[in-house]
Amino acid sequence: MHSSMQGLFDPALVALAAALVIGSAGIPGLFLRKPGPGQVFSAAVTILAALAGVPATLQLLFSNTTTTYILEWNLPFGPCEIAIDSLSAFFMLPVFLVSAAGSLFAVGYWPAAEHRANERGLTFFSGLLASSMAILLMARNGVFFIMVWEVMALSAYFLIVTEHEREDVRNAGVVYLIATHAGTAALFVYFSLLAARTGSFLLPANGSLSALSPFATFIALSAFTGFGAKAGIMPLHTWLPSAHANAPSHVSAVMSGVMLNMGLYGIFRTLSFYHDPPLLWGGILTLCGISSALLGIIFAVAQRDLKRLLACSSIENIGIITTGLGVAMLGVSSHTTTLAYLGMAGALLHILNHSFFKPLLFLGSGAIIHAAGTREMNLMGGLGKDMPRAALLFLVGSVAICGIPPLNGFVSEFLLYLGFFSQLQADSLIFLVFLAPLLALVGGVAVVAFTKLYGSVFLGSSRSSAMSHPHEPGVTMLAPMTFFALLCLLVGFAPQLALRLVSPAITMFFPDLNFAAVSTEYGAILSRLSLSGVLLLAFAVLATLLWRWRIGLGPVTSASTWGCAYQRGTSRMQYGATSFSELAVSVFNGIMRQRIERPALTGLFPAVAHCSDHPTETLLERIIAPLFTLAGLSFAFLRLMQHGQMHVYMMYIFATLFILMLWAH
Amino acid sequence: MISIADQLLVLVLLINFISLGTSRLIFSIRAVAVQGVILGILPGLIHPFSWHLVGITVGIITAKGFAIPMLLNRAVRTAEIKREVEPFLGYVPTLLLGAVFTALSFGFAGKLPLLPEHQNYIFVPASIATLMTGFLILTTRRKAISQVIGYLVLENGIFIFGLLLAEAMPIMVEAGALLDLLVGTFVMGIVMNLISREFSSLDTSRLTSLKEE
Repeated sequence: MHSSMQGLFDPALVALAAALVIGSAGIPGLFLRKPGPGQVFSAAVTILAALAGVPATLQLLFSNTTTTYILEWNLPFGPCEIAIDSLSAFFMLPVFLVSAAGSLFAVGYWPAAEHRANERGLTFFSGLLASSMAILLMARNGVFFIMVWEVMALSAYFLIVTEHEREDVRNAGVVYLIATHAGTAALFVYFSLLAARTGSFLLPANGSLSALSPFATFIALSAFTGFGAKAGIMPLHTWLPSAHANAPSHVSAVMSGVMLNMGLYGIFRTLSFYHDPPLLWGGILTLCGISSALLGIIFAVAQRDLKRLLACSSIENIGIITTGLGVAMLGVSSHTTTLAYLGMAGALLHILNHSFFKPLLFLGSGAIIHAAGTREMNLMGGLGKDMPRAALLFLVGSVAICGIPPLNGFVSEFLLYLGFFSQLQADSLIFLVFLAPLLALVGGVAVVAFTKLYGSVFLGSSRSSAMSHPHEPGVTMLAPMTFFALLCLLVGFAPQLALRLVSPAITMFFPDLNFAAVSTEYGAILSRLSLSGVLLLAFAVLATLLWRWRIGLGPVTSASTWGCAYQRGTSRMQYGATSFSELAVSVFNGIMRQRIERPALTGLFPAVAHCSDHPTETLLERIIAPLFTLAGLSFAFLRLMQHGQMHVYMMYIFATLFILMLWAH
Repeated sequence: MISIADQLLVLVLLINFISLGTSRLIFSIRAVAVQGVILGILPGLIHPFSWHLVGITVGIITAKGFAIPMLLNRAVRTAEIKREVEPFLGYVPTLLLGAVFTALSFGFAGKLPLLPEHQNYIFVPASIATLMTGFLILTTRRKAISQVIGYLVLENGIFIFGLLLAEAMPIMVEAGALLDLLVGTFVMGIVMNLISREFSSLDTSRLTSLKEE
């Protein structure tokens, strides 16, 4: 009796059921003629499933035992194991949270009545994407993993091309599709090599492989390539900005907040197989990570499209996480427990934080686009007056993403800084200290980027008459944003709780290292951080009250923002988004360029003229794009084989078959 | 039982030659339908009785013996085409090639590392020969309907191979084969429909005008 009860309420089964329910939540809507009920049903079911899934995931995270299920699948790739350990459970938490919030947001943001043509597909594939990500985390068989991976990649593609009548959306979709399949090709190599190494497609157990074996570095590199392409780590990031910018906002929230994590999960999982990673791996990860962080935020600051800015900042955050992971690996290789602990804790905590504040910001961008009708920041302005609640929530997210105390972004970056500085006393890897100023630079540029974003969207006054009726978003849109803002505040003010959330995953990752002393030490530091956060908040509240009181004393006159007492001032005299960031971008001219086409002005009363700017990535334009052109030219002869003669196509297959048969002899 | 199965397989091989050598489409369709019925009977001869087997037999005979030939017949009647007039390769050369490939497939199957219980039957050579015949029809004929026939023959070849594995992974084989068939017929149906509407003929070589420049 006891065992059957346990079987019934086994958290792993609950999580699996929740994932499957989320995946099928969009199906009834496909068959309903009336638009609307399907979407509401899907949102309700997704939220209920997440309500069941989150406690189950938490329970799994803190339980040390892992139940393994075997799927009967009749395929010749060995048994298909399904299991949830602490690492999977940790990554699964955001899947449930963000997909539930996204489905609720969709009801207000993408109402079925206004989007009859594409709402059904959007709802269905959103569910499928969330479900495939949750199941991906459970998969312990390489072939099953790739299958679920493809379901995830393709549903994301269909979500990106929701508005496929627009050409830029279709282009973004094609670029994404190519990038994701290039990544999958690397994963085929990875899983084949892994299977050749272990003798089965089952993923190896923690620490069961040695990096000294032949091909280990090749296996790791193919994993970094395949998973890194999905996560958007630096040389493989080119698909990311346009894909995230062109998807509907709640989809961007899921893709940026959760789907990028899946790439990271793959890298984490791969590294967990090896008990002795060489310094090279950590070095590669750290280098790619810090350059992603730096270049990502430089790209972000130059953007004028609201969602592209957010997407580029995802590259930055993934870079920070990868840096943390790389540092942790360096710690393991050099047997420095503190470094391994701090790097890992920073990376995992930043994953959690990024999947709180990035969905908040993307949902916020949805609210902004809903109100302003454009993604172009140069045309917005003054939205804060019309939508004060959304502006406040967006501010919370912006402060968090810049890593400013007392919000959650600071906590994870703080752990990383502590990690870098911990090497000062050590006699090895002292050069890691130089990462600290780089990370600080990233934080600084992030502040510029998000000041630009927040300032040009919410402050000042409207720069264009195109923005017709800015309005506060409805409760279905505000509720998910409030939820994430509260989570950001919670992690910011009680970082020691968040540290307890990541510690099971860390312990699972390094079973050999003893973290008890280190984790108590840094837990205490975080408690002090929490105390100072509370003090900071108390001070801010006090200052605000004092200011209100001071304003209440005298008469208050209101005028337009940046009016500067001009008699006939117009809102176009304000600093625009581009002009705000021009100086900051010009510093990084070699990497990123804001190409501004300005007319030459002559005379006292110049004629009407137009000025436009195009942010261009030098790396993409000078190196990556020419490479693709070169590849296109050198493979042009293959187009001769595509001539439209069907029977000759058949002959190709026939000839291949015949050659294979002869070869078999 | 096995000897009956082998004799039926010889019949299947002969039908391959009929579909290679005839220019009359209706006759070719009927031949392939008969081949389908024979394939439907085969599993019952080599495997012990089970309801599952009855399901397979009924399903195969209905699909390959009646449903698809009926659809093809209707297509031939609506398109008003009686013969494959000018194939890319004449009938006599195709027949000769078919004979060569059949001989080769027997030689090839003899060298395959087969299980001992499969070695004495002509399942594997018959399967490869039928597959080759399908390919020959697909590559040498011009009309879309002949291509569907070629596709069906090819599919029959794969099915014969699947018969050997039918006990090891039953659902996979059936689902795979039938799904292929379904998709193939659908695609070809659409192709036929669209070609005849667009070019007012069923000549697949007209498709070259769709090529992306």
